[in-house]
Amino acid sequence: MVEKDPVSRVLYIDLSRKRFWVRERPDLFEKYLGGSGVAIRLLLEECPSGISPFNPKNPIIFAVGRFNAFFPLASKTVAMFKSPHTGNLGESHCGGRTSTAIRLAGYGAIVITGASEIPVYLSIHGDKVSFHDASALWGMGSSYTVGRVIRELEPSAGYRTIIRIGRAGEKLVTYASVIAETYRHFGRLGLGAVFGSKKLKAVVISGKSSIKPENIKLYREVYSEIFKKLTKSPLMRKYHELGTPMNVNPLNLLKGLPTKNLETAFFDKAENISGETFAEKFLGRRLACSHCPVSCIHLAALREPYESEPYFYKTKMISYDYELIYSLGSMLGVYDPSGLLKLIDEVEVLGLDAISTGVVLAWVTEAQNKGLIGEKETIGLKFSWGDVETYIKAVRFIVDQPNDFFKALAHGAEYAAKIYGGLDFALTFGGNEMPGYHTGPSAYVGYLTGSRHSHLDSAGYSLDEKTASAGKRLTPVEVAEKLFEEESWRQVLSSLVICFFGRGVYTPDIVVKAFQVYGLRFDSEKLKSIGVEILKAKYNFKVREGFNLEKLRIPKRIFETPTPHGIISEEFLRDTIRIFKEKIEA
Amino acid sequence: MVVKRLIIVDVDLCVGCQCCMFACNRRFGEAGISKSAIKVTSAGGVERGFVVIICRACLDPPCARVCPTGALTARDGGGVVLRMDKCIGCKNCVSACSVNAISWDEENGKPIICTYCGYCVDFCPYGVLKLESISGGGS
Repeated sequence: MVEKDPVSRVLYIDLSRKRFWVRERPDLFEKYLGGSGVAIRLLLEECPSGISPFNPKNPIIFAVGRFNAFFPLASKTVAMFKSPHTGNLGESHCGGRTSTAIRLAGYGAIVITGASEIPVYLSIHGDKVSFHDASALWGMGSSYTVGRVIRELEPSAGYRTIIRIGRAGEKLVTYASVIAETYRHFGRLGLGAVFGSKKLKAVVISGKSSIKPENIKLYREVYSEIFKKLTKSPLMRKYHELGTPMNVNPLNLLKGLPTKNLETAFFDKAENISGETFAEKFLGRRLACSHCPVSCIHLAALREPYESEPYFYKTKMISYDYELIYSLGSMLGVYDPSGLLKLIDEVEVLGLDAISTGVVLAWVTEAQNKGLIGEKETIGLKFSWGDVETYIKAVRFIVDQPNDFFKALAHGAEYAAKIYGGLDFALTFGGNEMPGYHTGPSAYVGYLTGSRHSHLDSAGYSLDEKTASAGKRLTPVEVAEKLFEEESWRQVLSSLVICFFGRGVYTPDIVVKAFQVYGLRFDSEKLKSIGVEILKAKYNFKVREGFNLEKLRIPKRIFETPTPHGIISEEFLRDTIRIFKEKIEA
Repeated sequence: MVVKRLIIVDVDLCVGCQCCMFACNRRFGEAGISKSAIKVTSAGGVERGFVVIICRACLDPPCARVCPTGALTARDGGGVVLRMDKCIGCKNCVSACSVNAISWDEENGKPIICTYCGYCVDFCPYGVLKLESISGGGS
């Protein structure tokens, strides 16, 4: 064991009483590692069953793990909460400087409960925790400005993280995001709205501790081994050069890129919004999360003229990623790269989850085309594929919620479709809008069974892609087993907390070796069983809150549009889900 | 006499991963960034890029000039050498450095001084840093 390792310290903050305290929780960190493993235990302890996600008792839990600040690509923080979007488990992962700051501030987890009467922001500098009046920041038009103001107010540049919400979070849009350092997010499942419900505008965390491993020599050795493997891996170059948007062209060629609300899975204009096009025409800077040599974050420099004055321009730096290009691009038929960047920027300014926003707008477009909603609902907006200006106006309306229709949209596609019709093409799974992979049955089983209803839970898309290129078809038993195994192992990674981009290097053997640096002995079987246990704990929370794998809604649209594996059959999905259920309940 | 010092090849190559800081910290066998002699911060928001602060290895180092105990002395050819046992932790050196390159080790109450070892260079994946030889008189 590492002497003085602060990883098992949990900082509790009560926003109602404006108090804080620290508890040592080695019981949790020894058994469940950290990150997701510890966060789900804290959520089970802190979140009373059946409460509204906007109940002050709904906790916001941030958790990191032993590997953060120790090893490269251990650069993520896990957030857990009850999701206002799905009414069930909320889990979201974020990079930036979040994990380094929390770990070096001397904590393994931070639990925020209660709600403030006035807007506040929190600053946590090591052991110093303070509550600040954020009335002047509340309602501020742009999330960028909020970051800028706090940057000037707070110390410890270079050692800190600044996480905040935009107006979407204040207005309780159920898929509002939390933004870190600009450009990184706790994006999915509405953490931003939980912040908003607590009148919590931002949290600044900085830390300057330095932690001694048990075995210094081994630490340097294992570190160098991991670092070398990472920096020499082909993945590193791929994600550095084009970033995640390198996936646009290959997925489109595979005919797995959801386009125009999945009316098709091939976008004839995908080249215009591909990683290659953005890199050639717009790439202005690459960024990395703290302690990550990959630097997958790509910023486009968009030069825009002012209408009021000739020869006068502003240049905005806008972060683009694959999922944004899919959801706000192909899904909406948007092929003008400048227009797409403007839409991405608006979503960032307001602080929304980009995936959910795009899928909601895609549903709106089709619903209006089909006559389910009229201009009365849309306040005169006429949606058509590719019309960026209208989409930008709609995004603002989702946040401002000027009528019942936009109030409904602020709850997501499924919620709105239940009122206005069009459920068959409201592309949500477990209540969460779909990610950008129409690759085959494994992807959809993953969206449905995955604990976060995310493509990152069990990476079914990757299984689809591999089997499609090998011309192979898996049985429901094989799919269920592979997804279960993948999601279980990912619980270990997200408990340490390692970015999933590093999963190829952080094999069970390497993780076992890295644990020895702390004087901790695990064998890979033990680690895998901890992963299964964490996954089951998350599932149990979901069942407690009313989740039922057998009653999942599957929108018909996905059975109409061919995938690289052909037309998916509902029976195949239901069979696979049933087998998955048996496994997770075993 | 030929000695080494650290230089920044091109600050615009920096992606802000701070791997150099973590590397410098590992010289002490510890994980973290608080004991790093090299510092990377954003230039007023990450969208504007980064500031990388390193010891310039001055020929006539202001930090050594203000050290009251002779703990920090000028190195032949440029830069400084710290003798920890003589340092009383007065922080004069911190204020004297005009490029803000001396950090403070809160735990031990001593300055953090670059030793020009180049360990950070090996962990910069994008060639921002380089160790170069300097001969006395040049800078």
